[in-house]
Amino acid sequence: MHELAIAQGILELALNTATSHGAGKITGIRVLTGELTGIVPESLEFGFAALAEGTMAAGACLSVRIVPLTGRCRDCGDERRVDKYRFICAACGSYAIEIVSGRELKVESVEVE
Amino acid sequence: MEIPVMSNILHKNDENAAELNTMLTTRGIFTVNLMGSPGCGKTSLLEQTVSLLKNELTLAVIEGDLYTSKDADRIAGAGTPVVQINTGGGCHLDAFMVKAALTKLDLAAVDILIIENVGNLVCPAEFNVGEHAKVVVFSVTEGEDKPLKYPLVFRQSEAIILNKTDLLPYTSFNMDAAIDDIKGLNPQASLLQTSCRTGDGLPAWIEWLKAGAARTRRQANMIQGVKCD
Repeated sequence: MHELAIAQGILELALNTATSHGAGKITGIRVLTGELTGIVPESLEFGFAALAEGTMAAGACLSVRIVPLTGRCRDCGDERRVDKYRFICAACGSYAIEIVSGRELKVESVEVE
Repeated sequence: MEIPVMSNILHKNDENAAELNTMLTTRGIFTVNLMGSPGCGKTSLLEQTVSLLKNELTLAVIEGDLYTSKDADRIAGAGTPVVQINTGGGCHLDAFMVKAALTKLDLAAVDILIIENVGNLVCPAEFNVGEHAKVVVFSVTEGEDKPLKYPLVFRQSEAIILNKTDLLPYTSFNMDAAIDDIKGLNPQASLLQTSCRTGDGLPAWIEWLKAGAARTRRQANMIQGVKCD
């Protein structure tokens, strides 16, 4: 249940952002989570709702977008989705695949009033 | 009004972990984040490691556990300095917990620090704790499907230890499938097969640790401006 620790990070970022903009209420937060982080959006929403109670983010809508896992071959430059967690280049057979996306854990934006 | 943020949610932990990593590198302490599910044999591996290394290198251990000090007691019994972190229900260690634990260790003479994370294949993989290398242990009794079920921890680890190989004849563990999945997920990782009961494969693990310790010592010497061989 690392979603609770992640939810705590989201809440802190959102509260800091809202405060620095002089806002009084947070109505929504957009979050990006990579496919490889294994975040369960429902658990994240549940944890966030519990932590946000009594803050200006209480009742805010958490919108979670999952970013697919993609990789780039360091040998031939081919870039594509990593299927079934096999980090082997489909174009040249190389094992030197670096992750391009799929590890994100980011707050994209905060909607305030 | 929508305010763009684009900030990493774990940035505070990552900042702290980077700071710890620099401190440990400067002191020449090779630091391992040891992960794996409950019962995979992390503590048994540590007991063996202490006994096999104690005449050559100085080890210190940080033990993460939900509530008890059972593992720390075992490691202390093996004769190595150990600090217990109780997470009180938390499913992973983070850099802040490790930073606090480090103040309870005399780091002056330590060559290798092993941080035994809370038994869990999911959460510990996401939180850096200042380590130089992540290592995951899994055992043949858990089944060969674990790498693909918990890909992040296997992808993040520099060494993957397949433990309890002495029990292979009593399981239906498919070694070929396990190796194929691990190679696909993390082709660069060192794959070590061990049995803490018979001692099989442990020398390769000890060599892996010693190589890491030598690498970190060289980095420390470079930082300190000492001429090294």
